[in-house]
Amino acid sequence: MTEVLTDSRSIRIKGRSFLAVVLSPDLPLDDWLVRLDDLAARSAGFFLNRPVVLDVADLGINRAELTEFLEKLAERNVRIMGIEGAKPSMISPGMPPVLKGGRPAGDVEVTATEATETGAEDKHETTVASAPPATAVASESRSAHPSLVINEPVRSGQSIIFTEGDVTVVGSVASGAEVIAGGSVHIYGALRGRAMAGSVGNASARIFCRKLEAELIAIDGIYKMAEDLPPELLGKPVQLWLEGDAIMAEKLN
Amino acid sequence: MGKVIVVTSGKGGVGKTTSTAALGAALAQRNEKVVVVDFDVGLRNLDLVMGAERRVVYDLINVIQGDAKLTQALIRDKRLENLFLLPASQTRDKDNLTPEGVEWVINELKRYFDWVICDSPAGIERGATLAMRHADIAVVVTNPEVSSVRDSDRIIGLLDSKTMKAERGERMEKHLLLTRYDGARAQRGDMLKVDDVLEILSIPLLGIIPESTDVLRASNLGAPVTLADARCAPSLAYFEAARRLAGEDIPVSIPEEKRSILGKIFARRAA
Repeated sequence: MTEVLTDSRSIRIKGRSFLAVVLSPDLPLDDWLVRLDDLAARSAGFFLNRPVVLDVADLGINRAELTEFLEKLAERNVRIMGIEGAKPSMISPGMPPVLKGGRPAGDVEVTATEATETGAEDKHETTVASAPPATAVASESRSAHPSLVINEPVRSGQSIIFTEGDVTVVGSVASGAEVIAGGSVHIYGALRGRAMAGSVGNASARIFCRKLEAELIAIDGIYKMAEDLPPELLGKPVQLWLEGDAIMAEKLN
Repeated sequence: MGKVIVVTSGKGGVGKTTSTAALGAALAQRNEKVVVVDFDVGLRNLDLVMGAERRVVYDLINVIQGDAKLTQALIRDKRLENLFLLPASQTRDKDNLTPEGVEWVINELKRYFDWVICDSPAGIERGATLAMRHADIAVVVTNPEVSSVRDSDRIIGLLDSKTMKAERGERMEKHLLLTRYDGARAQRGDMLKVDDVLEILSIPLLGIIPESTDVLRASNLGAPVTLADARCAPSLAYFEAARRLAGEDIPVSIPEEKRSILGKIFARRAA
């Protein structure tokens, strides 16, 4: 028994995370630019083709100063993809977009042999731009097929986010709880909350559950609300997958 | 050292205060030393249900702020000499509860009492999280209806993450107390069945308290139901729950309609 749940073509919106270099300048800016030039001289092409985010959170400068500073960076071929920590008054149209919710990652090594001594003072930090929490935490221990096993019920209000791979829950997912996986979602119990598989772009991810009573299910950005699910599948063991832009569902036996 | 129980639910009006008083009085009648602590600062009720509202001089906040000694704030029950009440303050708000103060009070009470029963306020804010913080055992009070069940599920999640026990990596002992249960209405499908609630919450059942006017009558008299009328159906259910808390392994009976024959009463084991 296979059912097509979506046939209208919808626009797919996905999240994707990239590693960006964050520059956190300090005052006076001219001195900082001298140090930047020094670094650039030792490590030629360091900023070439790298996404760079400018962190101005603790920098007390106004809009005119920021505009001038961005010009000076542009002269040095440092292209800013976004500004973090800026007050609305500092931003004018035409500036790079304001970024929020970045999460720190490790320091970036400057890849020139002589550059080791300047690495620290230039405050190079990296961040994962707009990435869900699990990414930064789990990325270090990447195995061939990373998976997360939860041995207890996921309670209302709890949120399991694991963008690295599959999530298996040995228990139920309560109404008001959510499980978000980069890979497939396996629920050995009732799925009453939300399940999102393939959340960072994986059309082959699937959702399996022992009892389908979900509030919302999503695979690779295509989603279905509870009322769009066929009533004859409710309360049954079900697997859901994606064919093109259609969510397919089948009873498991 | 005594055991600390938190009586909690998330949702308001499900019977936390009634159950705190009834379980406290039931345990005290087993000759154990019991203190019931009201954490509902600003909306205290436990003193009323215990019939001690005219005897409150000092309260939990006075003790935490050092204005009174713990012994000055404890009120001994007039009917049971090993039952005590530590009332909440009605004039202050929950911001006066400090984590250090609560920890100190609970640790002191554990030294003198066999059971410290904390009556949590509704909600998931400061008062509720501090009431559950130092608990060894949680009694989750739930009515057989969907909103209460979902709020209880949320509270169980917090019990497993925000308590001292959880932070030490230990497992919090949790029990479900199903209150205001009406067997006839559950049969008709107007109410969630016991099995449905247990399936959703998946924690062991401590007891099923039938819906009864005896409970309201006792509250209005200012007596825990297990003291006001020890032979009525809710009292018997609370006594059974207290025995299970004390470690006895006895089956939980589901209250059925009064006219149903004895054989229809399903017995089940408390897990």
